[in-house]
Amino acid sequence: MKVSAFVKKYTMVIALVIVFIFFTVLTQGKQVLPANVSNLLLQNAYVLVMACGMLLCILTGGNVDLSVGSTLCLAGALAGKMLQDGRPTALAVLLPLVVAALIGVGQGFLIGYIHIPPFICTLAGMFLWRGLGRVVLDSRTLPIQQQGFKNLFTSYIRIPGIDDKGNAPSSLVIFCIIAILFTIAMLMSELKKKKQGIATTRISSTVIRIVIIDIILVAYGQRLSKYQGVPVMLIWICAIVAIFWFLTSSTVFGRYFYAVGGNEKATKLSGIDPRKVYFWAYFLMSTLAGLSGLLVGARIGAVDGNMGNSYEMDAIASCFIGGASAYGGSGSIPGVMIGAILLGVINQGMSIMGLPDQWQYVVKGAVLLAAVVFDVVSNHKTGKS
Amino acid sequence: MADYILEMKNITKLYPGVKALDNVNLQVERGEIHALVGENGAGKSTLMNVLSGTIPFGQYTGDIIYNGETCKFTNIKDSEKKGIVIIHQELALIPELTIAENMFLGNERSNKFGKIDWNMTHKMATDQLKRVGLKEASTVLIKDIGTGKQQLVEIAKALSKNVRLLILDEPTSSLNEEDSQMLLDMLLEFKKEGLTSIIITHKLNEVAYSADRITVLRDGATIETMENPNHNIDEERIIKGMVGRELTDRYPEREHKVSDEVAFECKNWTVYHPVYTDKCMDRNISFKVHKGEIVGFSGLQGAGRTELAKSLFGRSYGSHISGQEFINGQEVHLRNEHDAIEHGLAYATEDRKTDGLVLGDSIAKNTTMAKLSKISNRQGIVDPIKENKYADEFVKAMNTKTPSVRQAVGNLSGGNQQKVLLAKWLFAEPDILILDEPTRGIDVGAKYEIYTIMNQMVKEGKAVIMISSELPELLGMCDRIYVMNEGEMVAEFTQKEATQEKIMSAILKSDDRQIKEA
Repeated sequence: MKVSAFVKKYTMVIALVIVFIFFTVLTQGKQVLPANVSNLLLQNAYVLVMACGMLLCILTGGNVDLSVGSTLCLAGALAGKMLQDGRPTALAVLLPLVVAALIGVGQGFLIGYIHIPPFICTLAGMFLWRGLGRVVLDSRTLPIQQQGFKNLFTSYIRIPGIDDKGNAPSSLVIFCIIAILFTIAMLMSELKKKKQGIATTRISSTVIRIVIIDIILVAYGQRLSKYQGVPVMLIWICAIVAIFWFLTSSTVFGRYFYAVGGNEKATKLSGIDPRKVYFWAYFLMSTLAGLSGLLVGARIGAVDGNMGNSYEMDAIASCFIGGASAYGGSGSIPGVMIGAILLGVINQGMSIMGLPDQWQYVVKGAVLLAAVVFDVVSNHKTGKS
Repeated sequence: MADYILEMKNITKLYPGVKALDNVNLQVERGEIHALVGENGAGKSTLMNVLSGTIPFGQYTGDIIYNGETCKFTNIKDSEKKGIVIIHQELALIPELTIAENMFLGNERSNKFGKIDWNMTHKMATDQLKRVGLKEASTVLIKDIGTGKQQLVEIAKALSKNVRLLILDEPTSSLNEEDSQMLLDMLLEFKKEGLTSIIITHKLNEVAYSADRITVLRDGATIETMENPNHNIDEERIIKGMVGRELTDRYPEREHKVSDEVAFECKNWTVYHPVYTDKCMDRNISFKVHKGEIVGFSGLQGAGRTELAKSLFGRSYGSHISGQEFINGQEVHLRNEHDAIEHGLAYATEDRKTDGLVLGDSIAKNTTMAKLSKISNRQGIVDPIKENKYADEFVKAMNTKTPSVRQAVGNLSGGNQQKVLLAKWLFAEPDILILDEPTRGIDVGAKYEIYTIMNQMVKEGKAVIMISSELPELLGMCDRIYVMNEGEMVAEFTQKEATQEKIMSAILKSDDRQIKEA
């Protein structure tokens, strides 16, 4: 592969590496302290999870869901309320999810079947659900300290005998196993492709890729082992990301989102109902927002009426930084994850350096703008003209 | 020597793979009405786009000499400055703005700070509206007046630009007889005042009535220019010029083996416009297609053929649809496109770019799009290896020129895109294929390949419905030809009976009949 083609294909990965090294140097290595590495994904759990759903919305034609920050707040508020009232943990988890799913059904129906423009429909949702969230909270802050609930989201995996308080070698073991499984899976699929005669990449580049990812996995496991171990929330994140990655890349269902965004008329004439596609995008998005409400509530340990403010913008920004087309029809979960992590690294790096909040906004905005301008210019995307 | 206001000399315009204009010459005398006629795709609109600067200087070769000077227009503003104004078939008016606002859009009466002088605007608008005989106030919104009056506003707009040479592209295609007559009379009136017009139209009675001279274009070349001093030219004479091309072996040989079994039939099919639900697009259409038969649908643009096809294909067009559909003798009620595909119907759209293909997606993904179940398991998981294999087979079978099936369809040439579109529908394994303008905008070589594919389809016993505006291709390919006009079925010919003249006059005669009925 030529250097220019390589750079074009992995622009955001390269940017992420550069930014990460940049902040590691600038913070004199604080960025790679175990606690910070561990917190990087946990702090941004809501972005990672919601960006998965947001990608579906954006795929359908550059549409976004503005209501997710508020849905998140409402879900968190309901969970807080349930816990405060002493209801069982199961109810505190399920009720918010069901309510979020119902919000998704409503918005999905309005957008898909009644053809309400997504921007307006979800803008209305943004006000509605935030307001209802505050009603539920009665404008107070509710604590989320119930142990059962916290165990479900914010605890760490510990194997008695190996792990003690600060050290958790089990996570290193877990990640080594993951690395081995990953290597085997990659080699198997490569072998299968070879057999079918459709090998596309050279074996050397595959090996290099496997080695790099293995190193990252093991290093990540090592860092986690120095700080409490594998967080349960990481499992939640990985599960969601894996499901959506699989859905978008290898299923018929996932194809529909790309097709509708690429050319809705052609899709309809191919026997695919675009209304269903819109419905599912917004339904899944809201449901993920509900889950994020639980994650954020558990992590912060409290819920208030401002929770999730402007979180929708983080999810949207991740998608666009991660290479999703602003006109729909292209984008991928790995790309979006890179986008989300890039934003997270920038945020965390600047926080460690003690840069004030206002500058973090400036940098975020600049990165988003640069990413999209780069995308449009390099691909000569001129929109749906 | 005649006084020419405009001479276009040796105009040649190439599109990738297609010669849209080939050494075209056009001479327009000062103060005449000049008609430009020809079949769809003959190059009329392209020629006018060259003249108006829509196709800028440099993208064509040849000279435009206007009022004695050679012009190099790079955009519409340039040509408008010289007094050349073009009114397109699709009116360029904004429905939510007033008549006056529309008339001076982009040409606002304003002071040097950009403040619009509304009094001046409305006064000038009213003056021009009077000239075209419109009684509406200049403050009325465009959406509140009918199409005929909108056409007049377009003309008033042109007049406000100090027009010297007015070009009208199909000005009467959406007008009723009365409005059309009024429009033509107005042009004749303006002629007396010294205005030169070029009128592009399919309606030959209008040509005979209004034009002083007639230039015929065919396949991107000037065929002849006829004089019409007494406004009584024989329409048959014009038709001959329009279609009089030799049929050489541009169509692959085929054994005509039409089965007696009817594959598809529709009875009394009536469709109304989806938005303007009182506008009938197709009225009482009945036809049938046998297995192994290619049936052609002829007609002018707007005859209702595409609307018919789309509405039959799972009601993907129209409202208040009534009538019956039969597949293999069984009546079916197709609720949506998916249903239609499941029943063995396929509809390859007329416009492959806007509603046929996902241009940003790969050949492989486009090929499998209409029948993803074939490459996925019961859980809905796609097998990309299978997908690539299928796509590869089609690429080879159809001789699609591409480095790989992973290539984005948008990067292919028109002919190859068309092959992908056909592959997509063949992949869905239909029994009945509706091909809407399957060879539009592609070169002769690719056309031949598409015809070969079509022959292969009918050889396999499939039924093919071919909608085309190119008469020779229908005559060369079809076993039977239906002729439609203005949403009605007006004639049916077997291959033996059919000639270009017969089809054209069937259309024109039905025009006359409809006019009389109106």
